[in-house]
Amino acid sequence: MPTSPSEPYDLAVIGAGPAGLAAAVTAAELGLRCALLDAGARPGGQYYRHPAPGLGAAHPERLHHGWSVFAALSDRLAASGVDHLAGHHVWTAEQGEVWRLHATLGPEAADRAVVRARSVLLATGAYERQLPFPGWTLPGVVTAGGAQAMLKAGLVLPGRRIVVAGSGPLLLAAASSLVTAGAAVPAVVEATDYLGYARGARTLATNPAKLLEGANHGAALLRHGVRLRRSSAVVEAHGTDRVTGVTVARLDRDWRPVPGTERRIDCDALAVGHGLLPQIELATELGAETRVTPDGTVALKVDPGQRTSLPGLWAAGETCGVGGADLAVVEGELAARVIAGAPVPAALRRRRERRRAFAELMAAAHRPGPGWTDWLRPDTDVCRCEEVPAARIREAVDELGAGDARTVKLLTRAGMGWCQGRMCGPAVACLAGDPNPRADSRPLACPVPLSQLADPT
Amino acid sequence: MRRTPAALAGAEPGPAHTIEFDGREIPALPGQTIAAALWAEGILAWRTTRVGGCPRGAFCGIGVCFDCLATVNGRPNQRTCLLPAQPGDTVATQEGHGRADLAV
Repeated sequence: MPTSPSEPYDLAVIGAGPAGLAAAVTAAELGLRCALLDAGARPGGQYYRHPAPGLGAAHPERLHHGWSVFAALSDRLAASGVDHLAGHHVWTAEQGEVWRLHATLGPEAADRAVVRARSVLLATGAYERQLPFPGWTLPGVVTAGGAQAMLKAGLVLPGRRIVVAGSGPLLLAAASSLVTAGAAVPAVVEATDYLGYARGARTLATNPAKLLEGANHGAALLRHGVRLRRSSAVVEAHGTDRVTGVTVARLDRDWRPVPGTERRIDCDALAVGHGLLPQIELATELGAETRVTPDGTVALKVDPGQRTSLPGLWAAGETCGVGGADLAVVEGELAARVIAGAPVPAALRRRRERRRAFAELMAAAHRPGPGWTDWLRPDTDVCRCEEVPAARIREAVDELGAGDARTVKLLTRAGMGWCQGRMCGPAVACLAGDPNPRADSRPLACPVPLSQLADPT
Repeated sequence: MRRTPAALAGAEPGPAHTIEFDGREIPALPGQTIAAALWAEGILAWRTTRVGGCPRGAFCGIGVCFDCLATVNGRPNQRTCLLPAQPGDTVATQEGHGRADLAV
């Protein structure tokens, strides 16, 4: 620990999920003075979210996959001397010989902190990508990850009969959690046909653990009689004050709904998501280089040592492209070793390469097809915050000449509301015909009271 | 018996406390967020939108989407999916931007 407030940490890790935890404990064990900043009250991030102590959960592992990995990281954290700074929402990072991370802790001017460190590791994870459809703003329509997060942390479900829909491996994990916790899941609706995985036979063969993980979720779903509908999508959610059912349609290869294939499924909740988006604004705001992943998201570009293009800034886990908890742990450990100047075992590098290859294969297999926009209606809200319907966005593109998300935003306010485009960004870019996904740039990574901005420390 | 998340996790929570939602008393388990306590009561909406007056509640569940905003203890625009429920909290459905009191 720093002996005085003026002495910077050797390393500040932002995010206490799998990547950040692994990085912080490894760095501390290698002798670095390390701070671990996280917005949550407890370590674990979204993946290892778990019930608050007051809920007295004797078996948190039953809500999870790979809980023993988290248990081991938690034990190492407790023994490590890492300063775990919980409840710290980092809103900006100031680059320099010594980095300054500004965090807000709450609504009052005094509720804030500045953490100084020689190196910074960004392990802020990801949030879900959403593609709008008629009815997606109804109460009871929630994100697949959100349903899982509320289950893992609060032991609650959004309904009793929950359709799970969208695309990506998270759907199987979410559906298996929901049925295990007592919900009925009448269907898992996956937009792709899974054939994309077949192109990567070699990658699959070198990742038996990932196959086993998929098989375990599949077995849980089979056991509960959950039906998996491939090449299909929820094209409408029904209800007035809350969701009461969904219409599912088959999709062609481009994700265009096939007319005449619609069928209705009654439900009282819908958990939906179309993959994950790396949360990288703290780095992109400073100009860090990015890359486009095979599923069309923007991730930080890192070298084999997990270095970003900015001196002193490292990244690990989903910020480098979504690849799951196991890869995140490997990258966190690898980054910490490089930062500490310790040798990196060849086995660790190989493991990362295998898991990265799997992540890229998975991303390609679930890349949204361009035909999804066919299920929009003119009055379907695309931007949830500013309530901007598809027709207004199409008008901005077709009649006013907008060719990218930013111009659409200026003309329609789509993406200008509370979430700052985190929910509608990919959909708006797609409707604008913007072929190159671009990194979001946001001067403030999270809301911060004006009183804290007005009085710099 | 129906399986529940609490039974699955082997949860033996501390005693529930009470929060007020739109004048109605609802229980909250220690450590639950306000959004979780509302879901546990089957309440899915606690905000109406600025333009259409449409009902909204928790969507992303991780503090990213801002759909779960409510007025908590008189303070509007609180993300209920991040905010632990404290005994005696008063939660009110937030209408519009939540700053009607500032309207001129």
